[in-house]
Amino acid sequence: MMALPRGLALRALRPSLTASCPKPARSLSSLPKLLSTPLAAGNSAKAATNSQRWLSIQQARTFSSTRKLFELQEAPSAQAYLASGAIASGKNLVDVTKVLVIGSGGLSIGQAGEFDYSGSQAIKALKEAGKKSILINPNIATIQTSHFLADEVYYLPVTPEYVSHVIERERPDGIFLTFGGQTGLNVGVQMDKMGIFDRMGVKVLGTPIKTLETSEDRDLFAKALNEINIPIAESIAVNSVDTALDAAEKIGYPIIVRSAYALGGLGSGFANNREELHDLSARSLSLSPQILVEKSLKGWKEVEYEVVRDASNNCITVCNMENFDPLGIHTGDSIVVAPSQTLSDEEYHMLRSAAIDIVRHLGVVGECNVQYALQPDGLDYRVIEVNARLSRSSALASKATGYPLAYTAAKIGLGHTLPELPNAVTKTTTANFEPSLDYIVTKIPRWDLSKFAHVKRDIGSSMKSVGEVMAIGRTFEESIQKAIRQVDPQFLGFQGAKFDDLDFELANPSDRRWLAVGQAMLHENYTVDRVYDLTKIDKWFLYKLQNIVDKHRELVGVGSLFGITRDIMSSAKKMGFSDKQIAGCVNSTEQEVRARRKSFGIIPFVKKIDTLAAEFPADTNYLYTTYNATTHDVEFDTHGIVILGSGVYRIGSSVEFDWCAVSCTVALREMGNKTIMINYNPETYSTDFDTADKLYFEELSYERVMDIYELESAAGVVVSVGGQLPQNIALKLQNNGARVLGTNPEDIDRAEDRHKFSQILDSIGVDQPAWKELTSVKEARAFAEEVSYPVLVRPSYVLSGAAMSVIRNEAELEAKLLNASSVSPDHPVVITKFIEGAMEIDVDAVASNGNLIVHAVSEHVEAAGVHSGDATLVLPPVTLDEETMSRVKQIAEKVAKAWKITGPFNMQIIKATEGNKVALKVIECNLRASRSFPFVSKVLGTNFIDIATKALINKDVPAPTDLMAVKRDYVATKVAQFSWTRLAGADPYLGVEMASTGEVACFGKDLVEAYWASLQSTMNFKVPKLGTGLLFGGDTGKGDLKAVVKFLAPKYKLYAVSPAVKAHLEEAGVSVELIEFPKTDKRKLREVFQKYDISGVFNLASARAKSLVDEDYVMRRNAVDFNVPLFMEPKTAVLFAQCLSEKLPLEEGKVPGEVKRWSEFIGGKPL
Amino acid sequence: MFARQIMTKGFKPSLNPTAVGRLGFGNVRGLATITGSTGRQMPQPTRERSTPVSHDRATFTIRNGPIFHGKSFGARSNTSGEAVFSTALVGYPESMTDPSYRGQILVFTQPLIGNYGVPSAARDEHGLLKYFESPNIQAIGIVVADAALKYSHWTAVESLGDWCAREGVPAISGVDTRAIVTYLREQGSSLARITIGEEYDADQDEAFTDPEQINLVEKVSTKAPFHVSSSSGDLHVAVIDCGVKENILRSMVGRGASVTCFPWDYPIHKYAHHFDGVFISNGPGDPTHCQKTVYHLGKLMEKYNGPIMGICLGHQLLALAAGAKTIKLKYGNRAHNIPALDLSTGRCHITSQNHGYAVDIKTLPSSDWKEYFVNLNDGSNEGMIHTSRPIMSTQFHPEAKGGPLDSSFLFDSYLQQVADYKAEQARFEPSRSGRPNTLLVDLLSKQRVGVVPENVLATLSRKAEAAKNSTANKSVATPAAPAA
Repeated sequence: MMALPRGLALRALRPSLTASCPKPARSLSSLPKLLSTPLAAGNSAKAATNSQRWLSIQQARTFSSTRKLFELQEAPSAQAYLASGAIASGKNLVDVTKVLVIGSGGLSIGQAGEFDYSGSQAIKALKEAGKKSILINPNIATIQTSHFLADEVYYLPVTPEYVSHVIERERPDGIFLTFGGQTGLNVGVQMDKMGIFDRMGVKVLGTPIKTLETSEDRDLFAKALNEINIPIAESIAVNSVDTALDAAEKIGYPIIVRSAYALGGLGSGFANNREELHDLSARSLSLSPQILVEKSLKGWKEVEYEVVRDASNNCITVCNMENFDPLGIHTGDSIVVAPSQTLSDEEYHMLRSAAIDIVRHLGVVGECNVQYALQPDGLDYRVIEVNARLSRSSALASKATGYPLAYTAAKIGLGHTLPELPNAVTKTTTANFEPSLDYIVTKIPRWDLSKFAHVKRDIGSSMKSVGEVMAIGRTFEESIQKAIRQVDPQFLGFQGAKFDDLDFELANPSDRRWLAVGQAMLHENYTVDRVYDLTKIDKWFLYKLQNIVDKHRELVGVGSLFGITRDIMSSAKKMGFSDKQIAGCVNSTEQEVRARRKSFGIIPFVKKIDTLAAEFPADTNYLYTTYNATTHDVEFDTHGIVILGSGVYRIGSSVEFDWCAVSCTVALREMGNKTIMINYNPETYSTDFDTADKLYFEELSYERVMDIYELESAAGVVVSVGGQLPQNIALKLQNNGARVLGTNPEDIDRAEDRHKFSQILDSIGVDQPAWKELTSVKEARAFAEEVSYPVLVRPSYVLSGAAMSVIRNEAELEAKLLNASSVSPDHPVVITKFIEGAMEIDVDAVASNGNLIVHAVSEHVEAAGVHSGDATLVLPPVTLDEETMSRVKQIAEKVAKAWKITGPFNMQIIKATEGNKVALKVIECNLRASRSFPFVSKVLGTNFIDIATKALINKDVPAPTDLMAVKRDYVATKVAQFSWTRLAGADPYLGVEMASTGEVACFGKDLVEAYWASLQSTMNFKVPKLGTGLLFGGDTGKGDLKAVVKFLAPKYKLYAVSPAVKAHLEEAGVSVELIEFPKTDKRKLREVFQKYDISGVFNLASARAKSLVDEDYVMRRNAVDFNVPLFMEPKTAVLFAQCLSEKLPLEEGKVPGEVKRWSEFIGGKPL
Repeated sequence: MFARQIMTKGFKPSLNPTAVGRLGFGNVRGLATITGSTGRQMPQPTRERSTPVSHDRATFTIRNGPIFHGKSFGARSNTSGEAVFSTALVGYPESMTDPSYRGQILVFTQPLIGNYGVPSAARDEHGLLKYFESPNIQAIGIVVADAALKYSHWTAVESLGDWCAREGVPAISGVDTRAIVTYLREQGSSLARITIGEEYDADQDEAFTDPEQINLVEKVSTKAPFHVSSSSGDLHVAVIDCGVKENILRSMVGRGASVTCFPWDYPIHKYAHHFDGVFISNGPGDPTHCQKTVYHLGKLMEKYNGPIMGICLGHQLLALAAGAKTIKLKYGNRAHNIPALDLSTGRCHITSQNHGYAVDIKTLPSSDWKEYFVNLNDGSNEGMIHTSRPIMSTQFHPEAKGGPLDSSFLFDSYLQQVADYKAEQARFEPSRSGRPNTLLVDLLSKQRVGVVPENVLATLSRKAEAAKNSTANKSVATPAAPAA
């Protein structure tokens, strides 16, 4: 386990030997002549190149009868060969000067942060090539929408109309379509059909449009693969429910339905019989004009390959991946390992060769993903899908192997060939190789399904996860246990959970199936065979999990920490057990286990991810830790600053925290500090290998962060730019000797703890809603009576409003209390008076040593009660007067002082009218960066994180400035991106629990213009055409519905379902038609929507639906299912109605006012 | 004449007394349509486990280098030899049975092996092994980070550990293979040993076996010619077996060429004219041990106009015969991911490789030869081609197994040349047929003769002596070279 010092002794000896021997004498004894020639002729450039090459391949005999030491030579180098001109370099470069890059828009389920990362790499490649880059992407939280990357940025909807406007203004001569996910690809295909690229002289770079179309249209695709005899699942394309049923009869059930032009499998699903197929095909046909009916291959292995091809037909597979779950679960929802583990050489290369044949036949130029179903007991296989673009899998493959897929694809798009590109990691070898992995990568998706009412938890061919984690280990056990903890720090490792019907959970994949496997193996004594029979998960995976179970039992059997020997401790750590997990097995604490582990000298070793399994020396800083090692790959001599990243993307924490972490890293590097990033999210820019000086692709747990901190002897740790996750371990890090930069974790704790927080606000005279710490139900009831309902119940230490809810009566209160107090037993639950109808204000600010440096004030369009992550933010605010603004600033100053804040912080303040006075009450304060930091930074043209970073290290801190005092002739709005379509059954409703998965923001000259553009930027938003039908429903208690119809009355046909709504609306002097509403028959309902040409639904819900036959729930849900814009919140509904009335009809041939560069809006390129 | 040569040169006392009959016959042509007898199988030596699977502590020691402690999962026996590493991601059964690994301790960088178990020794319709590259494990020791003790695959019949133990091959897991690779990369290929058991005696340092001192080719090459008939064509290729991988034979037989494989030192130049093509196989070790082959190949290229192809060691031997020199690489190229640039097309192929020596292309006479492929990672030579004649060879393995199939087209082009040559010869000599006569086919062995590795032989002899508790150390440390 430990290398003996003999190796060291030898190494120490070598220099003297080297010094005493003349060079040629030590070289290959049998070939002295050969060697001396190049050495002697090392003067001319050409000869030098040659001699280098010769040196690299002429090696001494390292042994034989007597060992001869030879000098350590330079790494072999391909560059010398490339320089010799044998490979024609840059022969067929594409002649472009200005390239438009299409972004993917707001993060949604199926299309998330990976496209920020891939687009950024594309822009980097353009920059290197000296090309100008124009980016269109309304996702303001992304890193790619910064001027340090793109030359010009447009925050606009990624639709053919807006992209055309941008082309008209910018006149680019090239366009990248494959870096913006399915959105970018769809827009490209549409625009090509419209002939825009031809007309405007824009060259499509990389994979040709025809290939994109072939890969997207299943019919063309099937034909193409048939031409090269590669089997695909038998499928019949249909465009009606009846033909779908006929096709199924031919193929035989079970059937899988897929829709063409799918976003991550949207509209796909399985059907076991006629009835299921009927419903499924009806739903799919609402999303896509054409669907494919195919034979289901459930139970087969699912394997995918990432392929890169250049225009000269060089082709490589960068990575292959195998799904833990058998076929049937969308790859985005599957646990995935890379490289494949259960495939033999024959299977691996059969599929690899097929992938290359496919990619060559289709003519992909760039990156492509091929997914297969593989027979588990034979060599039969089927191609399931080909994505001729960067995808989520390619981001994963890129992070898993270290091969910069997106960057290479962009270079290829510009006409470079693979052999002429260098391997970005080793720098000495070529990009035309296939990475070799000496570790195993496990990806586990993160679902947040529990946040939604009525949602179906089963997972299948349509993706539902909101994020994913990637863990690296040298055994499968180590890798998967790390990944499990990364998904949610609540998990200790491989574990179980209680299920009502365990066998059902095992047999039917859901977001919690791995827990069911854990429960069965750990606690219910299921054998591997029994679990296999139920799940069809390959037994190899189950055997490995059984190893964890056995180790777990061994630990429990030992019974006490003192019984744990060095061997047991070491073997447990090698299987990826965390200190906490071991503590749980032996009734000890994390700290005690850590102390004992370190007393044994058991610490993790640091290894590099270098693409070539260490075959060639690589100067890479992409690292992971493992206990399955005996030496470190790196030296720890930089003593950098550790930055904790955001971890997994989930509802409430996503790309905006990645922007913060990256901005902080960039700022630190600019100021000459060495940086160490810790993060484990493969979709992020922060985990790109050259973002920080060192990147640890690792857990953000106390244990691992402290391990790295100690190994690196780091200079400090930044906990305030990665969201809540790093914040949660801040105090523990400090208590154990880490230097936490910025606000003292003790003070962070005083803000996180509701009780302490409120006390301090009281003490500094800042108003807040009436609150009380809850100790018993009786007290709570009394308090609620006193302040009157509604009240807000919330536990401490939560992000995105988890378990927080508005309580309107006593019964609800009692029901809730049991629920809430179980969330976080360490922290008391607090109830607060909930003020209805108030306005909410977001304050993002930076302070240094308690002094406010900068702050931004954004107002919400929605009334308080909608989670700030779901709310529409307006900056600068359009309704706040100067007095309010200055009072808000005063509050920010007081808070900064009271908590001695150094670094970023965020507050939510409620503006309510009490009598004739305006009251400002602080409802929340986070002493860290918030989701809105990128938005306010980019709108105000000042990088708040840059300033915060300066404050953190107390260097070059700027003087306080009031950015809100600056008059601006523009407004920006940030709106939430929801993924309701993906969450089958979920009630589209906004409340204190956050529901959105992403956000977009646009600029405009006023609120209407900005909101109009922002809303169209949300995915798949279709503006209701003039003259079509609008359906109304929901709460008639307030005047909002009437306000909406007043804007829309003559231009649209108005419909309602309930007579009450009709009567209410007609009070406004409009006429409304009642329509039939078959609540339980989705197909008929769809026909109704078609019959009346419904193009928008306004259903203002006052509360979540209680049942699935609730008329308003059905209306909201089906609006989502039929892809009709839905407005369920009063304030935004009215604002949108205003937009419609002002903006429509569009003026022909006129470029709308919102089509302006970001730099034109804010007057420069400050960030 | 053909057969007589077999008797005098090829036949040696081997373990398989039934291999070749002592019958002389003339140069009689057989019918083209007759496929060879498939009726006779070599008697499989019934092998028992050389040891039970050992799960003891184990030590991997690099001479003058670091020592790694881990756990045994193979045979309870010690071994020593050259330590080499392979960065392949799949294909451990193929690698381990590749005769080019004879005498070497194979370090897998792929951290998890054994996952899909070990397939059976089943043979295909041509009598070739379906899943292995030779009948036995050729590497003398296995080093890996983690080995699966339980496997899952439809072709598997036993676990990797059981296989190793049965074949008497020690295997060690739980060691830091990255540290080993880093060491070997910096220091070059090194001698190493695997010791099973608690005790490691540092004084045994002198007991390292240096495979360079041994002519490994002699050990892995068939001791007598053998013949594999193709059912799909009537071409006939002579293969110089320097340790031929089964898939080279499959690649030719599957493309319609029957093959007759000759021992490495067979004077092929004397009989090549009976064949439609000559092929020189891969093999282990230093090509300079094979001076005889080099001499024969030199003569062959003087006299024979048919297509000649060489792979790996075959490439090096052809190059030596052409007048070039070979060099030892620092740590060799053993991987499935190596880019080889085709200098005739500018296309780059990902190739499977396993070699410790390379051709010094600068020494190749440029009047007749051109470099064909070059390694894009380190610039080493990957192949050569004759400027006017159908002679071509590659350092990498177009037959793969394991590895990528990108360059399998080379077999297509070689066999096209073979077919062209056959057609051309038929014009000159209408009665000529490349096919061997049926009697010859019947008489020749259908598989390699006398190539069972020492560790397996040791097992057999131990069994015979019924001395099961005799120390494994002894028999491996001083291998009895049986068929020398």
